[in-house]
Amino acid sequence: MKKNIKYLAILALGFVACEPEFDNPIDEAGVYASGEADFSNYVALGNSLTAGFADGALYITGQENSYPNILSQQFALAGGGEFTQPLMDDNLGGANLGGTQILSNRFVLEANIVDQTLPDGSVVKDTIFAPRPLVGTPTTEISNNLGSSFNNMGIPGAKSYHLGAPRYGNVAGLPDAANPYFVRFASSTETTVIADAVAQNPTFFSLWIGNNDILGYATSGGVGVDHNETGEMNPENYGGDDITNSLTFDSTYRQLIAALTANGAKGVVLNLPDVASLPFFTTVPFAPLSPLDASFGPQIPILNATYAGLNQAFAFLGVPERSIQFSATSASAVVIRDESLADISAQLTQVLTPSFGPLATILGAQFGQARQATDADLLVLTSSGVIGQLNNDRLAELISLGLTQEQAGQFSVHGVTWPLEDQYVLIPEEQAAVENARVAFNASIQSVAVANGLAFYDVASDLTQAANGGIPYDGGVITSDFVTGGVFSLDGVHPTPRAHALVTNGIIDAIENTYGAVLPSVNPGEYGTITLSNEVN
Amino acid sequence: MKKLLLLVLFALVTLVTYAGGYRVSVQGQRAMAMGHTGVAVVNSAELVFFNPAGLVYLENKLNISAGASGIFTDVIYQNSDLGISSETDSSVGTPLNFYGSYKVNDWLALGLGVYTPYGSEVTWPTDWAGSHLVNNIELAAIYIQPVVSIKLSEHLSIGGGPIFVTGSVNFNRNANRTLTDIDGNRSNITVDDSGVNNWGWSVSAMFNPTDNFRLGFSYRSEIILEAEGGEATFSNFPNSPVVPSNGTTTFDAELPLPAELTVGLSYQFHKKWLVAFDYNRQFWDVYESLDIQFGNGSTSLNPRNYKNSSVYRFGLQYEATSKISLRAGYYIDESPVQSGFFAPETPRNDSQGFSGGLSFAITPKLAIDASFFYLRFEEVNESYDFYQENGQNIPFRGTYKSSAFAPGLGLTYKL
Repeated sequence: MKKNIKYLAILALGFVACEPEFDNPIDEAGVYASGEADFSNYVALGNSLTAGFADGALYITGQENSYPNILSQQFALAGGGEFTQPLMDDNLGGANLGGTQILSNRFVLEANIVDQTLPDGSVVKDTIFAPRPLVGTPTTEISNNLGSSFNNMGIPGAKSYHLGAPRYGNVAGLPDAANPYFVRFASSTETTVIADAVAQNPTFFSLWIGNNDILGYATSGGVGVDHNETGEMNPENYGGDDITNSLTFDSTYRQLIAALTANGAKGVVLNLPDVASLPFFTTVPFAPLSPLDASFGPQIPILNATYAGLNQAFAFLGVPERSIQFSATSASAVVIRDESLADISAQLTQVLTPSFGPLATILGAQFGQARQATDADLLVLTSSGVIGQLNNDRLAELISLGLTQEQAGQFSVHGVTWPLEDQYVLIPEEQAAVENARVAFNASIQSVAVANGLAFYDVASDLTQAANGGIPYDGGVITSDFVTGGVFSLDGVHPTPRAHALVTNGIIDAIENTYGAVLPSVNPGEYGTITLSNEVN
Repeated sequence: MKKLLLLVLFALVTLVTYAGGYRVSVQGQRAMAMGHTGVAVVNSAELVFFNPAGLVYLENKLNISAGASGIFTDVIYQNSDLGISSETDSSVGTPLNFYGSYKVNDWLALGLGVYTPYGSEVTWPTDWAGSHLVNNIELAAIYIQPVVSIKLSEHLSIGGGPIFVTGSVNFNRNANRTLTDIDGNRSNITVDDSGVNNWGWSVSAMFNPTDNFRLGFSYRSEIILEAEGGEATFSNFPNSPVVPSNGTTTFDAELPLPAELTVGLSYQFHKKWLVAFDYNRQFWDVYESLDIQFGNGSTSLNPRNYKNSSVYRFGLQYEATSKISLRAGYYIDESPVQSGFFAPETPRNDSQGFSGGLSFAITPKLAIDASFFYLRFEEVNESYDFYQENGQNIPFRGTYKSSAFAPGLGLTYKL
């Protein structure tokens, strides 16, 4: 018996020796380090980028692939704690308020294989891709407060000053004075985002805010007001599409950082990318009108004949540069309304009256600030849905002014005879307003980072690189091209999971450099880009 | 006490062998205990596998050996650049073997063997970092072989016979690194087939220059398992005409079971002591690529590019008493996997095996055979470089470490 026990002991020894173990297992202390930072309670502040908003909506898998969530998984190997997020209820992304849908479903990429007839008569299969809203009824109810705060405090739509705005999470303030995403987890009707963040007593924070302080203006084609021009400092007087005054941004940002660092927390801040690096502004060309287009091409001669009369009037009035002409051989620029031009409606009406009769008043008003777009203009992504389409409001208006249905139709085509409105075009003056504000905001962000010894990630440079040549990864090159590039989701503004992975790596580098931390990076190739589905509306 | 010491010595000195690729060298409890040597050892009906020519030299008219081993394997993976780590689900394989021989007359013996020389079972956590290469795989091949053994003289015999193989496979992996359905579930493919049959053969010879010295030679032919019309299941693909549809389709694939050449010797240097040496050459170069053609038009090409590999085996037997024999062995097992082709479905590098075991004769006719082996692998930094996305090779790198431990039990009956 004694002998048997000894044999058993030998056998047991064999079993124990059988478990493989690495010389330097990564889950043991000493491989990664937090340096001077403490990742045990990481809170992320920001807007849609921080929340993981993508494809025009906030949905679970987007949240799971948000840069703060990816970062927290890396932190977990260097003392990081649990990271919670206010997950939506589904992957549709829309949401309801009181049972009525107030937020749209996400976009997915629809693919359709169609027969295409070549000039020689042969038929080939062609695949047509298009972003479309995913079909389905959202299950997230905004008014169901989740009852606690979360490590990810990214609030889609938030501007810098919203983070400190009381009642921003008050359901009664919807839709204008409150934010539906914050309503879901605000700790009280009176609280602010920053108060709920600070109350969690973070040991480490990230802050990426300010994008919407310029983006609202930019994505709306500059219909809002630039408060660097008006000098208005009080955000309570700002509209949603306005540019925040740079001094307002600066003081707001300093207050946010002061609140976050009050308990000695370390953190990382990110600057704001150039809007010209976003496919939302670079996808629709300024000259999209092709003579090969079946509805536009045949109209070119009559359009040019009509515009010839207008062009003579422009020349007569000393503004020949406003001439409009369409090429029969190459793509032409759209006609836009440039609100920075002197309005010559009255003079134009006067000059046109002899040849156009009663129509002259209408033409004068329609083309008083019109010109053809140039490569200096940025057409927003949403313009692609209207260019070449009939503007039905204008059509009805013209008919009511006494034009025949046919005449009215001829003068109501978006971008061809009805100049594209302000909301579809970011003209150079508007771009300058956006860029000037961005440069000022970024100067504030960087100086605050330096002054507080915070890690700073120049994400703007990386996104500019993505838009100009791309960034290599193990599966090729990731670029800013819409749909195919890999950086941007189907809304043309928000990043894909793969881009969130790139941002995570940039943040990690900054944290390592500033705090002496040692963290593993992530492989962007393991993160997806856009989602295919034909379950669309 | 002395015996115990000896056993401890065996246990410590004997780390055991498994072989590279998906060869599983556990074809007999007695041989296993001696480092899986046996081409020149005349000991039991295990010779059906190791060297059929030797059967005719067995003393008894009827010999039966049957046994099973439980193989506990673990593979761990990590990539410290990316902070990722994984571990296979400790799988337990149970290779079985059954051998019988009957001596018809002084110069002729017939035998039958059923054994499982090839197989693999690796289960990684679903959707782990290498899930685009494998989530889990289970391969099995059962060899059924009648043999004949003919004595040409007291010094020389020959043997061999046809082999019938029936194989099965179940293999799941993700479609690529990122494709998911709308809810983020990874798109994946399972191939499953069983009853994949084919034929092969083996020949062998044994030469006994003196009473206590034997030389052996054995060759087992290559057998290609051709799965045709197996079942492939596509799951969690998004609803889109540009990716495969969910559901089942067929698949065709080929998996080679390579040829193996063994030469070896045994020498009884004392009436109670026997030493054996085997050299195996495994002709893995037949495994160039695992190509799967699906019924829905998709294909999956997976270069393997294995190289021929060798195993060096040493065994020792000590007849402690008339009832107890103690055995120990050691072997060096070269992996057929070349650098850059290290796929996590067969994550094995070179290894050293340590084995031990004993036989206990319950009666003069019936003995219990116990064996164990432990396979020791160095940790290795390796990659599989031939996975492609958009025509671009994307390496999957990391540090791997494996181990295998297998206790086995068998019975030997002779009449």
